[in-house]
This record gives sequence, structure tokens and C-alpha cells, in this order.
Amino acid sequence: MLLTLTTTYVPATDIGFLLHKNPGALHSKTLPFGVAHVFYPEATEEKCTAALLLDIDPVGLVRKDKGAAFPLEHYVNDRPYVASSFLSVAINRVFGTLLSGKSKQRQDLVDKALPLEAVIYALPCQAGEALLQDLFVPLGYDITLCRSALDAAFPEWGQSPYYTVTLRKNCPLRELLIHLYVLMPVLDNKKHYFIGDAEVEKLLHYGEGWLKDHPKKEAIAYRSFRNLRSFSRMALDRLQEEEPLEDQAQQEEAEHHANAQEEALEQTLPQTLLAPPPPSLNAQRYQSVLAVLKDHQSRTVLDLGCGEGKLLRLLQKEKQFAKIAGCDVAMGSLAIAQDRLKPEQQSRGQPEILLFQSSLTYRDARFAGYDAISLIEVIEHVDEARLGALERVVFEHAKPPLVIVTTPNKDYNSVFETLPAVQFRHADHRFEWTRADFQNWAHPIAAERGYEVTFHPIGTEHETHGGASQMAVFVKTDCENTDIKTGEDGKNY
Amino acid sequence: MEKIIKIPELSLVVLVGASGSGKSSFARKHFKETEILSSDYCRGLVSDDETNQACTKDAFDVLNYIAATRLRLGKLTVIDATSVKPEDRQRLVKLARDHYVLPVAIVLDVPWQLCHERNSQRSDRQFGPHVVMNHSKALRKGLGSLRKSEGFTNVHILRTMDEIEAVKIERQILWNNKKHEQGPFDILGDVHGCFEETQTLLKKLGYEITKTEDRYAVRHPQGRKLIFVGDLVDRGPKTPEVIRFVKQAIEDGQAFSVLGNHDDKLKRALMGRKVKIAHGLQESLDQLDQSGEAFKEEAKDFLGTLISHYVFDHGKLAVAHAGLKEKYIGRGAPRIKQFCMYGETTGESDEFGLPVRYPWAEDYRGETMIVYGHTPVSEAEWVNNTINIDTGCVFGGKLTALRYPEKELVSVPAQKAYADSIKPLETPKTQRSAYDLLDIADVIGKRIINTHLRKNITIREENAAAALEVMSRFAIDPRWLIYVPPTMSPTETTEKEGFLEHPEEAFHYFRQEGVKTVICEEKHMGSRVLIIVCKGAEAAKKRFHVTDGRSGVCYTRTGRPFFTDALLEQGFIARLQQAIEKAALWEKLESDWLLLDCELMPWSAKAQSLLQQQYAPVATAAEISLAAASTLLAQAAKQVPETAALQEDFKHRQDLAQRYRKAYQHYCWPVEALDDYALAPFHILAHENSLNMEKSHLWHMEILDQLCEQDTAFLRKTTSKIVTLADEAACAEAVHWWAHSTAEGGEGMVVKPLDFTVFGKKGLVQPGVKCRGLEYLRIIYGPDYTRAKNLDRLRKRGLGKKRSLAVREYALGYEALKHFVARAPLHKIHECVFAILALESEAVDPRL
Repeated sequence: MLLTLTTTYVPATDIGFLLHKNPGALHSKTLPFGVAHVFYPEATEEKCTAALLLDIDPVGLVRKDKGAAFPLEHYVNDRPYVASSFLSVAINRVFGTLLSGKSKQRQDLVDKALPLEAVIYALPCQAGEALLQDLFVPLGYDITLCRSALDAAFPEWGQSPYYTVTLRKNCPLRELLIHLYVLMPVLDNKKHYFIGDAEVEKLLHYGEGWLKDHPKKEAIAYRSFRNLRSFSRMALDRLQEEEPLEDQAQQEEAEHHANAQEEALEQTLPQTLLAPPPPSLNAQRYQSVLAVLKDHQSRTVLDLGCGEGKLLRLLQKEKQFAKIAGCDVAMGSLAIAQDRLKPEQQSRGQPEILLFQSSLTYRDARFAGYDAISLIEVIEHVDEARLGALERVVFEHAKPPLVIVTTPNKDYNSVFETLPAVQFRHADHRFEWTRADFQNWAHPIAAERGYEVTFHPIGTEHETHGGASQMAVFVKTDCENTDIKTGEDGKNY
Repeated sequence: MEKIIKIPELSLVVLVGASGSGKSSFARKHFKETEILSSDYCRGLVSDDETNQACTKDAFDVLNYIAATRLRLGKLTVIDATSVKPEDRQRLVKLARDHYVLPVAIVLDVPWQLCHERNSQRSDRQFGPHVVMNHSKALRKGLGSLRKSEGFTNVHILRTMDEIEAVKIERQILWNNKKHEQGPFDILGDVHGCFEETQTLLKKLGYEITKTEDRYAVRHPQGRKLIFVGDLVDRGPKTPEVIRFVKQAIEDGQAFSVLGNHDDKLKRALMGRKVKIAHGLQESLDQLDQSGEAFKEEAKDFLGTLISHYVFDHGKLAVAHAGLKEKYIGRGAPRIKQFCMYGETTGESDEFGLPVRYPWAEDYRGETMIVYGHTPVSEAEWVNNTINIDTGCVFGGKLTALRYPEKELVSVPAQKAYADSIKPLETPKTQRSAYDLLDIADVIGKRIINTHLRKNITIREENAAAALEVMSRFAIDPRWLIYVPPTMSPTETTEKEGFLEHPEEAFHYFRQEGVKTVICEEKHMGSRVLIIVCKGAEAAKKRFHVTDGRSGVCYTRTGRPFFTDALLEQGFIARLQQAIEKAALWEKLESDWLLLDCELMPWSAKAQSLLQQQYAPVATAAEISLAAASTLLAQAAKQVPETAALQEDFKHRQDLAQRYRKAYQHYCWPVEALDDYALAPFHILAHENSLNMEKSHLWHMEILDQLCEQDTAFLRKTTSKIVTLADEAACAEAVHWWAHSTAEGGEGMVVKPLDFTVFGKKGLVQPGVKCRGLEYLRIIYGPDYTRAKNLDRLRKRGLGKKRSLAVREYALGYEALKHFVARAPLHKIHECVFAILALESEAVDPRL
């Protein structure tokens, strides 16, 4: 919320002409989110400093969103104190004439390179010093950074994300301001809570002439277009506690990151030089499942823990299936699955698609009646203590003729060179099983529930560690008569 | 002279007669308006025209739907349509049978001329005489089959106007209806001829039994009555004696018995029917042969009087031999009788070649308690409000009685095994595992929950969906999760200058609600934690049906594990066990588990990342910017005096930012060992047989003080003050106490009605209202919130939704624990806990 601009150009007070603000006065302008003040702590011929101080009204900001309840973070946050998109907007509103680049009296001064120094106070940059350097150094700035500690009383808490940044360059003042205007929100990388699309477009407009050559232009563009948290996500967020809230983009990013990490890990698999590179492990996994389903001529399939519907997309066009259903507990994933699968656009002869929310640890009458149920990399996301419930839901109550379960093979973890020995492949894994663990779990279930089970590696097999993933195929052995009978024939006591 | 027509209280009454025979008048005279479904009326409903014959099919669809609904809900229904054709009646008989109610036909067989004359007087029935003649003809033609073969339980034919006029309908209660019998009862499991064990058990239960010649007399000094779940006979040594005893007790009005499958088969054998002699039947027949022909006859007649299930105590209790589905309760049909005697099987066989029983009890969701036997188990155990009390006495197990309404189990061991079981007595494994399996239908979708404290709590579908995700992915095992705490509202917003919240507002609220005395409790600033402590892992397993080997859990207000480190959690539990042991609370409370509501300090232990990512950064950013602004403004003020006022302002804000930093720093310190934590318990929410949300807070404070004294390094007492609201001085003192402690860095205080759960003018009173300190609120409302221009705007906060949520969640939490303490089925507890989570996902200002 505070920025100073200093020049040692003589006469330094000429900066007042450029900014259209007389150094001898205090200039205040009311903006939608507070008041912008311009004043001059120092104004001599040799050196002149203009300060832009933005007094943000946090209470006023919040009050505008009457009716909606945002997480607490929305109310008490660093916005009033940091150099964020608000400060960008203030630059545009207060120094608009200079930014336009036109001047009736002093066009020469507008275009002239001046010795300039800008100080930005409390500029948030979670990404760290490197990003600051990467953004400003290519633009020719000499940059000095001073990072603040989080809390002097608790040095173990480490550094804060705030930098006081000093930039020096000989250039027209307009150029400096445009760079700040565009790059401050990029560094901040927070969603633009209170700024409409129009402002974002303006940001891009001012990038003309330099942004396209900037080595970090993708990062700049990406970070400029953060969206508001969607309302559907909010109900869930309110059940977060004592955890800082991330916006949806960040959360999705985190989830994707975990998924991507797992995939990336899988791609580090040593590949044989002779054969062409095999399809990704994930693709192999789904192909293996499809092959089993085809073998058993299953007509109806329920994918439990379908996530975003990757398996269902593979089955979607297979005419073998009359009905494919997906179930997940995460409404967000189901919405994505719905988007991708477009159940309403299935044509005649293609399987009917059904998506619904449920949970694997609750008995659900809707799970019954399918030819096959698949649990693809799902069980390891359930607490081990709750597996008993899952087992009963699937094998006792739904009890389809065919059950396919896949899970990572822990034996294989040592093949991943980048995976620390104690770490799971995915942040949400509650356990990872060796082949023996998996079989020890599956055999008693099969025996007790009337199934025959076989085990299959997935992915290129390692000679001692097996496949990267493992699959158990349960086939029901006595599914001819499951009608409920009443009467004397059912008695024995 | 009156003509009495007796109809069962739950039946489908089909009026049969031509148009104009007087069915509607008859129906109106004898039945409630809402009991009558008329085809004409349904024609009107669907087509605006009661005489529109073209819509007959649609009209009957509507009629059938309403009739089916009424029968499902157990309501007598009268069908007012001509029903002169056998196929019309057939449909109605099937409808009745589908709902296990008895179909009754009342035929108005009056001369067609009379019908025609009546119709011609009505403007809406201007049709020729042939219509009525046809009706009449069809009716006459079908009368024979109507009487004999159509399946009506009773057919009453009325032929003359006089006869119709003289009719009086008497509703008869069903044989199985013993609703007026309210107990108390002692319900006995399968006796199977084990006479001695029965006598021993009855004496243990306090019954006085005398025998004169071969007459037994049994009575209980407290007027208790006996109920037998059937299978009195076979396999055991003294079947005739058991029959003699039970028969006499029933005749004397001291007992009831339902019919077991063995009783039924013995009866049929005695009646001379051809039955397969097996499963101990031979022993019974031999024993009866020795008792003489006269007694054999008596036994046959007695067994013939037994019916397959009874409903007692206004529908709160039902007893059947092998169990009962909800839709069967209080109804009669061959299928129900079969179910009552045998239960159901899945069609599969187990490893002993015996049929696998369909676990109907797992599906049971009824309010009526079902007590049954039939399948011997090693221990009687509750499954969804049902209990099997056949503990295999005749196989050398024990004879068990369930005391009603106490739900207490009393048993005596068998003197010996009189018969060999084909397989070992089933441990209630399948039953217990019913406990860990919840049904999705119990939680998802829009739900309306009735609780003891508040009716009709609505849970919206989208909130249930959010709760399902959290419950499934993050919450602890539902068997542990018997409660989550309700949200708490702050005081009304005060107009006192410089404050947003003030104790006076809390006192005012409770005074208005008619509360006389409140307790002000220090509000600790840490993280809420709910702790279940059991005496040991075995006690935990027994009471909570858990299989994780833990002897307790610590969880958050949204049901997540409090600690990610299981060892740390068990360390906590062990430490608490020691303190409880030392304070002798297990003995004092006669319980081997407690549910404690606590705050765990420091805040930073749980909220570390929140502090590092939100609170501390705000302070840092504020300090940097405000300090720089203040300095630069001071420099500028030397030249431009008007800047001075702005500089003052920023200087002040710099000070407020420092106070903000201090506010949270009070609640932070590093933790390494258990001793670094401080745990402040403030409620003992429940323990065995006791829900403590009705007990005075003084009781809670007294016991918790005793507990905290045992381990002062780890446990922290909650200081409190009792305030009589009429006493102004006491109120002022409490305000002073609050002001002082919050100035020292305390969060504030919670004001609660001393009696915990209290009703006021508009229903449930807030169980507590928090009054937070001036400085603490900086963390919530921002460093600058106390500036006048901010405070004025922040005062416009609405508490309505928060308060409404607080009482709804409170009522649900209370309900959950009430169920748990009463050993209700898990799904009832879970439904309430789940609902609280769902409500917590409603949008409400988080600063409240």
C-alpha cells in the first residue's frame, strides 16, 4: 500500500510535473476501496521523493459482499498493508495521465530517461526471491531486496513472504510505473478479490511492447488470471479448520500437484532400450481393467471412486457395455466427470452413463445389480481401519459377479529413485501395500464371501519387485441363487 | 334390532353394490370422512367431473395410490366404488394382501329398482335403468365366488333397507395388539424344555413361584409380566413342565408367549399331521406321552392359541420368535407368520451346510424395539433397536432375559448341554459388524430430523453432500464419533463505546429468557478437542465396538483426528487415564469411559500453519507499511503541515498493529513434550448410563477440578463465577473480572445457564453465549476494528442465523449422546453427528 518514487534528476522536483502532483501539497483521491494519498517526504532540486500511500478500508470492502459468508481469511488479511493489485489500480487512477504517455507541456520529460529509484514496501512474493529477480532483471533493473521475518518473538517461524524492494533504473518514469502496475499483482499471486475483469484487461493492455519478449511471460499471464473461488467450493471450505484457506485454484493445484507427482514418479520408470516406450502406467492400468471386463463380458460396470471419470471415458464408447456408472465422494470430481463424459450426449448403442455421489464406507443400495465393480487405486485412500466397512459394502452387500481392485505395489517403490523410502507415492495415501500385504487382504475376503481371486501385475514387471501397480480380480463362484427365501426350508434350529 | 358387523381395526373395507345402492351414505354413516375413498371423488379429482366414465382408469390409479399409502401407514381404508365385478375386487384383495391387512367386503344387495329410483332423483346420474340392472346382475352372479374364493377375510351381505339401517360397525383390535400392556416386562429367550433354568432365572428376576398340585402360580411383587419369545418345547428335558407353567401363567394374566417354529411343529404333530420328526421333536413327544392323554390334549390346545407376534406398550415393543420387519409390525398374514417363526434366508449355505440367514436386523430402522430368539448366539447384542436373546440354553449356553424398559440383560447358565448344536454358537460377529456398517440412505439427501429438544431440524441436500465428503475422507471412525460440538454465538452487539461485545449483553439475554442464574466460565484460547477416554482398550472395544485397539481418541470439532501422530494421541489418553484413576472417577461415576469437552493449549500447537500463513503475516505486513508510512508522513509534515493529521492517524494504526501482534502471541508457545501442552476440560458430556447435558455446570466444574488437581502440569482448571442475574453487584463484579482477565490476554468468557439445558419463552435457550475480549477480537476483526468509524459499521452484524444454528446443532449433539448412552443403534447416533457437520457447512459470518 506504499510506494515511493525518487529521482536525482535536476531539477528533481520536475517529477511533480510528470505525476501532476504539486510537491507542496497533500493530494488525496477517493477510490472504491479506500483513499489514495500522494505526498512528498523530500522535495529539493537535487532529490525528490513522491510517495503513493493507499489507505484501504477493509471494513468497507467486506461490507459490499453482504449476504455471502466468506472464510475468515476474507476479513482479516494482509490486503490493506501490502503492495497488491489495489496498489496497481491506485497507480492507474492517480497517475493515469502519465500512464497514457501524452503530455501537453512536458512531452520531452515524459519520454526522457531519468535516474529513478522506486521502493515498494511489503511486496508479497510467496514464490521467493528468484521470481522477483526473474521478473525485474530482464527489464534492466538493479534490484535490492529486504525480506522481513514473520515474528521476532518466534524466530523458528522463519521468514515472511514480504519484501521491501528497491528498484533502480535510468528510464522514463512512465515505463517504471507500467512495469510496477503490471507486475505487482503477478508477484502477489493472490486472486483479485475486488477487481473486475475490466481491470485485468487493462493489465494486459499495458503489457504491450515489452511483455511478449519477457522470458517469464507465461507465468505473468497465468498469474494475472486467477479466478474467484467458486461458490460450490465454499460449503466445503467452511469445514476446514485451523488450516489456512487456499483459493480453489490453489487447492486444485495442490490436488493436481499430488496427482501429477504420482504420475511424474511413474514416468521415471526405467525403460528398456529395445522396445518403444510403453504407454503411461495409468493408461496400462485402465487397459488392464478394460481387458478383464471384456474377458468377463460384463454388461454393466460401476467404478467406485471414479474421480474425474478417467476409466469411464475409456469405457464410454465400448458397445459391450449397456451401462457404466461412476461414484465418488468428491462433488468437485463428479462435476468434472460430468463435464467430460457428457452422459446426455451418448448415442444409441453406447452405454448409458450414470454418475452419483456416495461413499465407500456406507452401504448403498445403488451399488447392487452391476456385473462388475472396479476400485482403481482407491482403497489406499481409505483409512486402514475402515477397510472392513468397504469390504462389506462391496463383497457382502453389492456382491457383483466380478470385482477388480488395483493398488500401488509397495515392493516397487524402491525402483523409484526419487521417492524417499518412508514416503508414500501420493500425499493422500493412507497406506501402501506390498504384494504379500495385498494378497493377505484379498484371500480371506475371497474365501469368506465366495469369490475366487487372482493377482496380476500392472506396468512393466521388475524381476524382483513386480509391477508398479497390482490388480486383484475377484470372480464370484456361487452367484446362481441369491433370492431371499422364507419358510421352513430355511430352518435348522 | 342392531346388526353388529365386526371388522378388524386395520382392514381394507370394500363396499360392494350397484350405483344407487346407498354405499356412500353407508360409508359416511359408519366411517370417518378421511377413511373413505370414493371412485367418483377420484374421477372428480382427475377430471373435474365425478361422472366422467372416460377417466375411470386414471381415477382408479389415484384411488389405488392413496389406498396403498394409507395401508402402508396402518390406516383403515374404505373403498366406495361399485366393485360388482370379481376382477375389480380381486385387485383390492391383492392390495390388502400386499400390505398385510385384512380385506373385508360389505355387500349392499338391494333391489335394482330401488337403486334406479334413487339415481333418477339425482341430476348427475341420468342414465338408463340398464346400467343399474347390469350392476345388479354382475353382483348376483359373483356372490358365490365372493363368499368362497376371492380371499376376503369376512363377507357381510345386507339385503334389505331395514338390515342396512340396523348395522352397527364394531372395530376389533387385532390379536397381536397388546399395546395397552405397558409392562414392565421380562422377556425370556428360547426355553426348549429347560424348565429348571427357567425357574432359576425367574427367581433371579424376583418372581415368586408357588406350586399346588400341578398348578403353578407366578407373580412379581412389582407387577412385572413375562414374555416368552417362543420355542418353549423340544430338545430339552422337561417340555411338558414348561408348557404347564407357561400356559398357567398366561391364563393367570402374568405372561405372554409367541409361537416358535418348534411350538408350531409340535402342535401339528399333536394334531396328527404328518411332520418330519427331527430336531428334538421326538423328545417332546416321548415326554408328553408320559404326561397322560389329558395333558397332551391340553398342550395341543394351548399351542393352538399362540400367535406369531405381539406388539406391546403403545407400539414401543414387539416380540416375535425369529424377528420382525418394520412393515410387518402389528399386521397379520401367512407370510408374516412364516417370517416371525423362521426369519429369512439368503439362499446360500455356510460351511456347515446350514442356510445363511438374511440379516434383516441390519436393515431395521423402526422405532419399535424388536425382541426375538430362534438363532442361538453366544451373547445377546443390540443391532438397530433389535435384540436376539436366544443364548442357546439347551445347547449348554445360558438362558437370558431382557428387562423392559430397563434394557438390562439377566441370564443364568445352562445346567448342561441337552443337545448338540450343528455348529458352535454364533459369536455375534455378524451382529457386531452390523455396527460398523452405516447406510448411505441414513445420511444423504434432504433430511428432517426430530430431536427431543427440537422438532423438525432440516438438513439441506447440498450441505449433506459436503458433510459426506468430509465424513468419508477426513473424519475418524464413526463408531468413535459419537458427538461433535455445536457452534456458539457471541453476545448481542453492544453499543458501549469502544466495545463490540460486552458481558452485560449476555446477562440481558439470559434475564429475558427467564434464566435466574448463570455461570461465567473463562474461555480458553487454544483448539477445541473432544476426548473419549476409556479405562482401557478392552473397555473401548466393548462399549464403542471399535477394533483399532485404542483406548480413546482425540478429535476436532469437525470430527477429524486431532493429532496426526497416533503415538502422541495415545500419550494424551494415557496421561488422562492416570489422572482419572487418581481422582477415582471410574468408581465415582460408575463408568469405564468419559467424553470430555476440552480446549487444548497452545493455539499454536494445532493452528501453526494458520498462524504462519495468516495471522503473523498480517502483523508483519502492517508493521512494515505503517512504520514506513508514519516515518515518511512525518518528514512530509515538516513542509506540508496538513500532512500532520494523516501522520497521527498512521501512527495510531501502527500501535494497533502491535496490539494485534500481541493478541495472538499470548496463545503461542513451542511444544515438544506432553508437559508443554495444557488441557482444559470444561464439560464431562457423557459417561456410562449418563448424559450430563442436563446436569448443573457446578457438577461438571466440581468433578473436573478434582481431575485437574491430579496433574497440574498438564491439566488446567477453568476458572468460573456463578452470577445471580438479579444481583447487580454480582453482575458488575463479573464484568470487572472479564475486563481484567481479557486485559491480561485472556480470550474472554462464556456465559451459560447454570442448569445447562434450559427452555425459555421461545424454546431452547442458547446453551452458552461467548463474550470475547477487546484485544482478542482484533484477531477476528482486524487490527483496526476498534477505530470508531470501523466499529460503528461492524456493529451492524446479524446474529439470528448463528443463534438458530447454535440451538439446532446443540439439539442434535444432545440427541446423538442420548442415543449413545441409551445404546441406540449407530445409525441413529451417526445421523445426528452427520447433521451437525452438514449444518456447519451452512454459510454464516465466521467472525461470529
